[in-house]
Order: sequence, then C-alpha cells, then structure tokens
Amino acid sequence: MKHIIQVLVENKFGILARVASLFSARGYNIDSLNVGETQDATISAMTIVVDAPDERILEQIKKQLNKLIDVIEVVDFTRREHIERELIFVKISREAKEEGVISKLIKDNKLSVVANGGSDCILLACVDRQSEEEILRELKKIGIKELVRTGKAAIRK
Amino acid sequence: MKGAKILIESLLKENVEVIFGYPGGAVLPLFDALYDAPLKFILTRHEQAAAHAADGFARSSGKVGVCLATSGPGATNLVTGIATAHMDSIPMVAITGQVKTSLIGNDAFQEADVIGVTRSISKHNYLVKDINDLARVVKEAFYIARTGRPGPVVIDFPVDIQMQEADFNYPPDVSIRSYKPTYFGHPGQIKKALQLIYRSRKPVIISGGGVILAQASPSLLKLAEKIHAPVTSTLMGLGGFPGTHELALGMPGMHGTVYANMAITECDLLISVGCRFDDRVTGKVSAFAPEAKIIHIDIDPTSISKNVRVDVPIVGDAKNIIGQLLEELNTSKLPDTAGWNEKIKEWKKKYPLVYKKTGRRIKPQYVLEELYKQTKGKAIIVTEVGQNQMWASQFYKYDYPRQFISSGGLGTMGYGFPAAIGAKIANPEKTVVDIAGDGSIQMNIQELATVAAYDIGVKIIILDNGYLGMVRQWQELFYNHRYSGTTLKNPDFVKVAAGYGVKGKRVDKEKDVKSAIKEIISYKGPVLADFLIEPEENVFPMVPAGEAINRMIGGMA
Repeated sequence: MKHIIQVLVENKFGILARVASLFSARGYNIDSLNVGETQDATISAMTIVVDAPDERILEQIKKQLNKLIDVIEVVDFTRREHIERELIFVKISREAKEEGVISKLIKDNKLSVVANGGSDCILLACVDRQSEEEILRELKKIGIKELVRTGKAAIRK
Repeated sequence: MKGAKILIESLLKENVEVIFGYPGGAVLPLFDALYDAPLKFILTRHEQAAAHAADGFARSSGKVGVCLATSGPGATNLVTGIATAHMDSIPMVAITGQVKTSLIGNDAFQEADVIGVTRSISKHNYLVKDINDLARVVKEAFYIARTGRPGPVVIDFPVDIQMQEADFNYPPDVSIRSYKPTYFGHPGQIKKALQLIYRSRKPVIISGGGVILAQASPSLLKLAEKIHAPVTSTLMGLGGFPGTHELALGMPGMHGTVYANMAITECDLLISVGCRFDDRVTGKVSAFAPEAKIIHIDIDPTSISKNVRVDVPIVGDAKNIIGQLLEELNTSKLPDTAGWNEKIKEWKKKYPLVYKKTGRRIKPQYVLEELYKQTKGKAIIVTEVGQNQMWASQFYKYDYPRQFISSGGLGTMGYGFPAAIGAKIANPEKTVVDIAGDGSIQMNIQELATVAAYDIGVKIIILDNGYLGMVRQWQELFYNHRYSGTTLKNPDFVKVAAGYGVKGKRVDKEKDVKSAIKEIISYKGPVLADFLIEPEENVFPMVPAGEAINRMIGGMA
C-alpha cells in the first residue's frame, strides 16, 4: 500500500543521500521523493511516497528515518488530513493537442499549455490523487512524446 | 590555532587517552600535532587493526575508542572495523584524512568518498568543510557516539583544513535538535510490564549487549532475584549477568545451552533487555517463545517489533527502565515461580554443556575450562569468530560486564587480536586472552609487530585444527563432508611469533595443557600459543539454520 510520509530534515549537504541510501540498504521502495526548503532555510521538507507491504514495514521505515541524526521529524500522512499535489509535464505533438480528449481537458482547466512553439507543445497538469488517474488515463489515449513528473508534495491541513 | 591542533585539543577535552592509527599523506599535519601532544599513540600495522583496537578499548573500558587513518586506502581499511563497531553498538570516533577540499571529487591521489562509503555502517559521519565547524563537529561526534544507542562516528578531515587557522573554542555542551534519545521508560508501559510480571509463573529474562552498554548489570541482578526469573545472556550480553549465578541460563540461540532454549520455548513471559533478537538468537521466528508475552526494553525504537512481535515495548535506557520497574514492583503480587525454577534446574542437570576428553588429542573445550580455572574466571576474554568464539562463550563463565569481547553482529574474523590489544591497553593490570582459530589469527597476524614494539602483554591462544572450523562443521553436517575451501596449510606459528620477537609455544598433548596455560598467563609479555586440537571437533549443541531453537542437535549427554 502507498503511504505519504513527510520528513523534515536539516538542510545540510548529504541528507538526501542518507535518506535514499537508507531505503536502498533496507530494501524499501520509494515511489516518489520530493524535497525543498521550508519557511526556515535550515530545514528542508521531503515528501516521500513509499510502497510498504504491511504496517510493520511502514513502522520500520518511519523509525529508521527518525533514527538518522539529521532527521528532525517524520509525519505519516496516511491517517492525517492533508493536501497533496503533483505536477505532470507532457510533451505531445501539435496535432495531438487538437484531439478531443486533450482540448476538453484544456477547456476544463485540467491541463494548461505552457509552451507552444515548433512542432511540439508542452502541457502541464497539477493533479491530486483522483485527477491524477483521470489525466493519465486520458493521456494514454494519445501519443505522448515525453512525460515528466515532480513527485508528490503534501502539506498537513 | 591550526586545524590539526584544534582536533588534538578537542580530543583532550573529551579525555581521550589513546589513539590507534596509521599515518599517511592526508594526515601529516595531524601527526605533526600529535608528535608532542600528551596522548598515547599506538601505531598498528594495518588500519583495520587500529579500528578493532579502538573498539576493544571501548568495549573493555566503556570509554569512546578513537582511531585515525589517512585518506583513501587508509580510510577504506578502517571500514570493516567501523562496521563491526556499528553492528555491536560500540562507541567509537574514527578520524580519516581527506584530500584537500579543492580536489574532493576529482579522483585525486588517495581519494575515496569516505562519507559515502561509511554512511550505512556508521551511526553518523561528518565531512569538515569549514575550520570554524571543527570543534563543534568533534564535540557532536563524541556525544553521538556515546549517547542513545552508541555507535561509531566518522570525521572526514581534509588536509587543507588541518592547516587552516581558527580560534579554538570548545563548545561546553551539545544541542542537536534532531537527535534526542529517549532515556526513561513511558510510565504507562512500566505499569503494563508489571502487570505481565505479576501474571507470569514462568518468566525468563533475556539480557543483551544493551545491559552492558547501559551499565545496567547491578539493576538487572536485583530484578532477576526479586522476581525469581532465570536469565539467559546473548553473546553480546555475556557478563552482563553473572554466569555462575544460580539463575544464569548461559547463552540462547544457535549454539546456546539446551536449557536456555527450552526455557525460552516454554516460558510464559520473556523480558528482553537490550537485545535486538538477532536471527542467531531466535532461530525460526514463528517458533520463538511461542507461549510467551514479550516485554522488550531497548533504547533503539527500530529494534522493537523488527524481528519478533512484542506485547509491551519500552523504549529507553536499560538501567533507568529496570530502576523504574524495581521502584514500582510490589513483590507481594508476584506469583510463585518455584515450580518453573525447579524444572529449569532439572534441565540444567539433564542437559549440561558436554564434551568428551580423549586423553590424547587436545579438546578445545578443555583448554577453555583450564583457562577459566587458572585465571579464576577473571580474565578478559577476546575472541575471533567461528568455533573458537563459540567454545569461548560456552566453556568460560563470565561474571563481570566488559569481560567477554567478541564481534557478534558482523562476525568479523581477525577482530580478536587487535581488539585484545585495545583491551589490554585499557586494562593493563588484567590478563587479556585472545581465543583464536588458525584461520582468524592470520587475518591480522601482522599485529604481532605492534605487541612486540609496545610490549603489550596480550596472550593469544590459537585453537588450531587446520581448518576454517565453523564452515567445515557446516560442510560436514549439511554438505555431505565436502570440505570446500576450508582446509588450511598453516605456517609454523611459533616461528612466525619468533620472527616478530614474540614468545611462541606449541602444545599438542592433553597432558601438557595445564602447565602450558600456567606458563602463558604467568609470562609478563605477549605470547602466542598454538594448541593443536582435535581437527574435526564440532560446536554443540547446535540449532540448524532456520530451525526452531528447541530443535537442537548434538551435545546431549
């Protein structure tokens, strides 16, 4: 099952490697990891989506993260009210853009056009858990040239 | 003050007395500062030995061990020693030189990414990039190494920073907002634990290395005696509870005693103190303590519910938590455990640790028994890894914490001899014996030069069977006697010792064991004694890998 974990860390050199190598050394899977500075420049917030097969492993992941010296706080969003979003960039051809599914998504403000020159255009979607599925399903119907995702960022309500 | 000098001054502030190490290009300024510092420096003949010696010093004294090596190969040679200390939660600070900051990442001469390499085998590590951080880094490193669940901390120290100037202000205290270990047990959990204790008619305490690290031995003894619970000590926990006490069960697990494993299998309450339920202890997890409620006391939250299910976890320092339990314990509520203790006494009588003397070939168990007798159970016993380690854990009884020193978690061959050097330096008045195998001793045999140079009176007893004995035992039992890669063609160890200027002795008859041991322990300086033992002697009892711990083979009288 997928879980979103927020990890507040010291904004120090090497911390990303510490977190990443913890996951690989212990055989845990990261679905996505997103990191950036918070309002306090000495603290970074990581949003990690993990795939934990059971509660015991999820607990271990959280405890192991907490054990890292530079980790300040670990918050599991699974049972907490939170907002989550992810940005998805899609590069498609100009012709594909004119297809019904795409123009409808653009009209409904689910996709926006961020670059539109030459033979390709680049679209951007800001998705939550529900719209993510819908958009990806629709996009699969046309030919995508490139897809880039930021990974989820989440915040406590 | 120069960076190198700041480091030395910081070590002095931490009351460091001895550094084990090896010089090189990237630590020249440091060695220059060391030249007239009031610190003992022990030059080992390999960096790995420096790390193990610092570890042995730490285990035998309770102080933080310090080792020092140059960049690149010096640092990578420390790696096995750092990993060994990490697995067994040993407080250690490893200082490595690094190429100058402008060259880091350029594949410079003798450069290695030490921070990357040691990340997963140390408790924490630091690369000093700014001279103004240095004193704080050293302060934090020692603090992190010795507090919470102890462990090794690496300080990677570029050579240009060693030469830079800064004011020396050693911070009086440490505040790391992201590192706040829990020391006292949650009062609610203490109450829950007591309720389980009041309901238990068949309790067992399993005492791990955490008891020794937390200096919880006197409290544990009190608890065990008050609740009349027998105590089994893991390999790391040996000496944490007196091995000759009537409640002592010896070691559990793969080569544990039959009665310890039976007691765990039949108990209705298992109180684990500072033990992380290693697979060598539990055997098949689903059959481990199947009847028992489990109270798990550990300072490291990740140890809890990692390997076995736990009913009452209590996170905190072992000594504090046992103290909390004792404070609230109402002895009038304790049930009668006499029947249980009677049953255990019978198991002890029925299934003692046994071996058969032959009258000719030397049995390794006999060597250990004789050593125990002649040292009156008071020596510090350090081991290598394998059969020698298991016999030393079975046939010498440990009554005191920090008396048995062994690489438990990582199982590092070559650990024993250099660790014994560290232990002897920390305890010059005590007899320190390395129980070795003919395989293990050759992994750091060059340290004979170190003991000769500094006249460090470590006694090495090689239980020489001409095999990599433990692997051979598995091949005999589970691989149809196919001794693949386990037969050793050894050098003449006595001559090797002589070459290094160390007294050597060979013993090949059972009747000579007694006098030989007398000679070894009464000799002042270092000795290497080669005991030619029964080549195919096995360590029994034994739980085959993946089996339940009450399914033991061998060793039943």
